[in-house]
Amino acid sequence: MKAAPFEYARPATLAEACSLLAAHGPDAKLIAGGQSLVPMMAMRLARPAWLIDISRLAELQRIGAPADLSADRDGVFVVGAGVRQCVMERDPHARASVPLLARALRWVGHVQTRNRGTIGGSIVHGDASAEIALVACVLDAVLELRDTSALTQVAAREFFLAPMITSIAPEQCLAEIRFPVWRGLGKDVMRGCAFEEVSVRHGDFALVSACAQVELDADGRCLRLELGIGGAAPVPLALPQIGAQLAGTRLNEQAITAAAAAAADLVDPDGDLHASADYRRHLARVLAERVLRAAKENAIHDARAEAAG
Amino acid sequence: MKEQSYLVSIEVNGERREAQVTARLTLVDFLRDTLRLTGTHAGCEHGICGACSVLLDGEPVRSCLMYAVQADGRSLTTIEGLARPDGTPDALQDAFCEAHALQCGYCTPGMIVAAHALLEANPAPGEDEIREAIGGNLCRCTGYQQIVDAIKLAAEKRSGGVA
Repeated sequence: MKAAPFEYARPATLAEACSLLAAHGPDAKLIAGGQSLVPMMAMRLARPAWLIDISRLAELQRIGAPADLSADRDGVFVVGAGVRQCVMERDPHARASVPLLARALRWVGHVQTRNRGTIGGSIVHGDASAEIALVACVLDAVLELRDTSALTQVAAREFFLAPMITSIAPEQCLAEIRFPVWRGLGKDVMRGCAFEEVSVRHGDFALVSACAQVELDADGRCLRLELGIGGAAPVPLALPQIGAQLAGTRLNEQAITAAAAAAADLVDPDGDLHASADYRRHLARVLAERVLRAAKENAIHDARAEAAG
Repeated sequence: MKEQSYLVSIEVNGERREAQVTARLTLVDFLRDTLRLTGTHAGCEHGICGACSVLLDGEPVRSCLMYAVQADGRSLTTIEGLARPDGTPDALQDAFCEAHALQCGYCTPGMIVAAHALLEANPAPGEDEIREAIGGNLCRCTGYQQIVDAIKLAAEKRSGGVA
């Protein structure tokens, strides 16, 4: 369990890190928290000749200005790729602006790994069952990639190509993640979200995960909804077609059951040592049902709590 | 290939330690083999078992998932740094003995480091919070219940209360 030999650099700026990436190309890997890369290197599934340590770059530590929660338009909450998961977990503005991410973080690894692991690191690792990647897809986040000459924006929904394979080029560094903040439908809207997963042990990668975010009008009618399933396809899966199917309904049991069944038809799970493809499809349906129900209840509960002052 | 070596300077249990290391030397191997601080245990060596937990600037981390070069300039506390200054066990370590929270002892340093971090942040944790805090530490002997009991006992002792 020892990594193959490599050389180490700790550049002082993001520009310098990008220059090192450009110089060493595919022989180099960026390391931030290292909570996915170091195990892969220990097992020699990864053997970079160079490790470029970006964990101390102040440029990657930005946590967005709190979105104006009273504004009647959608906002953006910017998170630097190098922000550690434990920092996001505790940040009150992040919790208020991107509550779904806060819920997802409870399922990510353990205290010890969240103290090192970063938001961006989890995304570029590209695991199909990673919680943060799923939230980025479901909320339709935008990823900002940098290299020595350009800044490129790519939608999270287009970033993941296959298990552990993303569209990032060897010379690019993920710099920021821009999470949409739902506000556009006005102040009287009830908003809720939910995240659920099943794993072998708590803190393991999910066998299957699901999350949802919803907006309801004052009568409980669904105005906007996003649902996603992780671990049941080669990539984390956002299912906007389910949101479209549920818009306008009251999210009653019948609508939820039908939507969850439709979601289970859209996933494409593989079987492995831990769970068969059939079991994963079953979990996708059950977890989709649970998060749809829980997101609706969360929206109503939060609105009541707010009304009670 | 001749491996390059790097000078690292890390504060370990209050003392500055310097050494030339290869980049691939993990922090747990640096502690155990270079500094001969063998209280930190190497278990799975790929981030599953938690036996190698140490405090990095006060926060629990897995020392097998970091290279020593990444800890350059940082401050570490290992299990050796948690005892009282005269070397006798502190309240948490005493509680582990009292509640029979160890058998083979392999997971114990990691459990105590994780529990120490919890009690520093949250002096009166509930059972759920205790279980969450040691959720990343595997024990194959005790069944965990006595470990949870020991941490509850330590919280009471540290707050001066008697159960």
